[in-house]
Amino acid sequence: MSSASQPQTIAVIDYGMGNLHSAAKAIEHVSDGANVIITGDPELIAQADRVVFPGVGAIRDCMAEILGRGVDKVVHQAIDAGKPVLAICVGMQALLNSSEENNGVDGLGILSGDVRYFGENHRDSAGEKLKVPHMGWNRVSQVAHPLWAGIEDNSYFYFVHSYYVDHAVPEQIAGSSHYGFDFTVALSAGNLFAVQFHPEKSADAGLQLLRNFCQWQPAP
Amino acid sequence: MSLAKRIIPCLDVDKGRVVKGVKFLDIRDAGDPVEIAKRYDQQGADEITFLDITASSEGRDTTVHTVEKMASEVFIPLTVGGGIRQCDDIRLMLNAGADKVAINTAAIFNPDFVKEAASRFGSQCIVVAIDAKQVSVAGETPRWEIFTHGGRKPTGIDAVEWGIKMAEYGAGEILLTSMDQDGMKNGFDLGVTRAISDAVNIPIIASGGVGNLQHLVDGVVEGKADAVLAASIFHFGEYTVPEAKAFMRAQGVDVRL
Repeated sequence: MSSASQPQTIAVIDYGMGNLHSAAKAIEHVSDGANVIITGDPELIAQADRVVFPGVGAIRDCMAEILGRGVDKVVHQAIDAGKPVLAICVGMQALLNSSEENNGVDGLGILSGDVRYFGENHRDSAGEKLKVPHMGWNRVSQVAHPLWAGIEDNSYFYFVHSYYVDHAVPEQIAGSSHYGFDFTVALSAGNLFAVQFHPEKSADAGLQLLRNFCQWQPAP
Repeated sequence: MSLAKRIIPCLDVDKGRVVKGVKFLDIRDAGDPVEIAKRYDQQGADEITFLDITASSEGRDTTVHTVEKMASEVFIPLTVGGGIRQCDDIRLMLNAGADKVAINTAAIFNPDFVKEAASRFGSQCIVVAIDAKQVSVAGETPRWEIFTHGGRKPTGIDAVEWGIKMAEYGAGEILLTSMDQDGMKNGFDLGVTRAISDAVNIPIIASGGVGNLQHLVDGVVEGKADAVLAASIFHFGEYTVPEAKAFMRAQGVDVRL
């Protein structure tokens, strides 16, 4: 950790997938002068005080880039070093055991759980068709965690995804939402926090979560 | 508890200024797009759509700069449309901070572009914009056709079939504008909105024709739209976003308050 006089460095891991600028800009906005870098360089990430592991797009392509660039090792290192790590969307899904997407893809297995498809014929309890992707604002029911500080329970966050986390370990579940059924949207394990929604696009609630992440001191 | 219906203010931007407004007045300058987007964000808008109506290439640089500035100050999803013709255009807008791009004319001339864009950037950021006009007459089964060039050129393409095809090609969302209703303030074309929403499994944004808050409710309840887009009712202070949301909630529509 950097000393109080020196701004902390927050690395947003770049592995060639999707748009990382939104995440970096939102973190810059709330981090009180932190040095936010978008990088795929393992050394720079190793030197950072906090690490953000984002991801959008198809999981097969994401996993191929993650493994091809050695990002899996970088993520393991950051977690083992006790640094606060925040995974977002496909970044979260990549941490699980496996995904149904693209006919089945193995994940990093850092968190327990599988990633499943909502399905072509997803319906609510009244039989109404539910569109897939699950795109838009949904409420998140919280399980107490420092990253929810200052955010009202059941606040809305912005989602865009067609696959969801199933079979999570109950003690790792930090938040859930409802779309036809209840599903896990936040996971926590020690210094790692992972969310399915996009805090960088979730207005005040999302910015508060990112602010909390920038100040989070997980227990060693 | 489920997905809230979205309200999306739309900014038509020309050379760095929001211009579109009330059609019966002269083209009116509605102000600086970044300031306006910030205002809507503070009001609780769920998303911002930015349509670049600038034709010239110099205007393009201004647009990129405006999107960059907006993305640094507005932390809700930002869709950018207008002049998206190739993957490089998409890359440019995403790098500037857009979350999604809207593809319109280029999809009609080259549908495979949508496929390519979705596989390269992910369906979540590819919005296909459809401009539809009713072509059936009274007594016939309703039929709508795609038009280009601001509603002047028919393409012969059926709007519902086109929506299905674009969803198959990887569009993550459809922005549907009724050319008959646009600027008329008589409400959305609920027929085409519902027809496409029922036919596809991706979200539909209804656009064109909003004159009052009941129109927003009708778009969701009768048109089965997942999101409603409006411009002039918000730009010139007729209604605020919180007023729209309070009205919708009172009518039983789930919105983010």
